[in-house]
Amino acid sequence: MKLEGKAAIVGYHEYPHIRKFTGKRKFTLGQWADLTRFSLDDAGLEASDINGLVCTEIRETVSFTPATIVEYLGQPVNFAERVDLGGASPVGMVWRAAAAIELGLADVVVCALPGQPIPSNPNPGPIDPRRYFQSSSVNWGSPQAEFEIPYGNLAQNCGYAMIAQRYAAEFDYDPTAMAKLVVDQRRSGAANPNAVFYEKPVTIDDVLASKLVADPLRMLEIVMPVAGGAAVIVASEDVAKRCKHRPVWIKGFGEHLTMKTPTFAEDLCRSPVGPASAKAFEMAGVTRGDIDACEIYDCYTITVLLTLEDAGFCEKGEGMEFIRSHDLSCFGDFPVNSHGGQLGMGQGGGAGGMTQVIEGARQIMGRADQRQLPRCDHVYVSGTGGIMSEQAALILKGD
Amino acid sequence: MDLTKPFPTPTQETEPFWEGLRSEQVLLQRCNDCGKWIFYPRSNCPSCLSTNLRWQQVSGEGTLYTFTVARQATAPHFMDEVPQLIAMIDLNEGVRLTSTLVSDKADDLKIGAKVIPVFDHVNDDVTLLRYRLA
Repeated sequence: MKLEGKAAIVGYHEYPHIRKFTGKRKFTLGQWADLTRFSLDDAGLEASDINGLVCTEIRETVSFTPATIVEYLGQPVNFAERVDLGGASPVGMVWRAAAAIELGLADVVVCALPGQPIPSNPNPGPIDPRRYFQSSSVNWGSPQAEFEIPYGNLAQNCGYAMIAQRYAAEFDYDPTAMAKLVVDQRRSGAANPNAVFYEKPVTIDDVLASKLVADPLRMLEIVMPVAGGAAVIVASEDVAKRCKHRPVWIKGFGEHLTMKTPTFAEDLCRSPVGPASAKAFEMAGVTRGDIDACEIYDCYTITVLLTLEDAGFCEKGEGMEFIRSHDLSCFGDFPVNSHGGQLGMGQGGGAGGMTQVIEGARQIMGRADQRQLPRCDHVYVSGTGGIMSEQAALILKGD
Repeated sequence: MDLTKPFPTPTQETEPFWEGLRSEQVLLQRCNDCGKWIFYPRSNCPSCLSTNLRWQQVSGEGTLYTFTVARQATAPHFMDEVPQLIAMIDLNEGVRLTSTLVSDKADDLKIGAKVIPVFDHVNDDVTLLRYRLA
């Protein structure tokens, strides 16, 4: 069972990434509608063309999310799904849309992730202290509530830090190489007008001098939360042929989940993106050598390092040397996160990973302006949720 | 704002583990069908899904699989513990758990080091399983 590769990304929209949002606030539902409208415009389609949607959580309801969005948009659909894969959701949304299209359930599917603040509630109620536990569940009966949170092992920083420390104990760990990764990505981000760090490159010394947050991770190796949001339109071959841009065919995908808390990973240095990527490459029938750009989920530097290795762009344990020996910027010989990644753009909440999908599409469509790669026909995209708990990969292709 | 430490609330599956810690014993589940050790405690074996499980006392000793020094509190509830020495411990039985290291010197901590339990009776009801270098 595999994709035929006959569904394509035909349009997208990305809100500019802003540290302090001062514009008019809209509810998540309103942002959904705006993102849908702008990405349909981008493709050359109309609201009534939509017959499928894929969403994640929204702020206005805890359940019945797709139906709530369908009603708000006023567009009935034949296919609706809510994806719950954390940072891997955008990649997971896009392949689900492609699969639904190839099965004939729909021919225009919108995948949107709002990421701007919503209006202040006049009746906010008390602050729930559980909000501080972030993605770790404190519900009674939750394994994390009982065996992780009481020890302070919660949220993201310390989990990724422990992965990096384990990697350092087993392989070559070079803080200067990790800093170079940030420098290369920030160089691309400095050329991206949608990035929070537009025109703000950094040096290796800047990264190494930034505050140590959880050993060995420093502040500039960690994404900055920003206001963002993004959407893509996935369409059938027939629809793609009448859209405005070069179709970005979804040729292969893979997904792999192993755990919620990294304590229960069999091997912290070998991440689920390995099997996910192997499946994606096999399905697409392309090799690592065919890839013109890698858009790799980059919540932290260590995530990119492990993905380069586990997806097969270099051998296990050779990631640091790979980073040292290539220029990973959009101007370099091996572009990784040619938009700056989330380290360069900022992380617009759950929408962060969609920047990777959109940059892949943008490069294949030939719309990346000063960041445009000379040739871009094949792009590898990864998504990472939790603490390398759930990962997904896509292979995108232009004809 | 209530920033009381988030202590565990045992369940029917986990109560023997916490009861063991209160009396300074480490109890693990083991599957009677496939023989695998299990952590965290649960109703079904994560290797074969059997419900035929038993409790067995172990030494609680193990090795340091990885750790970090969290220099910013992972939540406001842990401000008083900064820098937090958060760790994953491989027990000799082959299961892994989360803990914190009781140590004044992070520099002395090396991944792969032998570690032993420290029973931290945080209140009358709860004992947490912390670790120190052997």
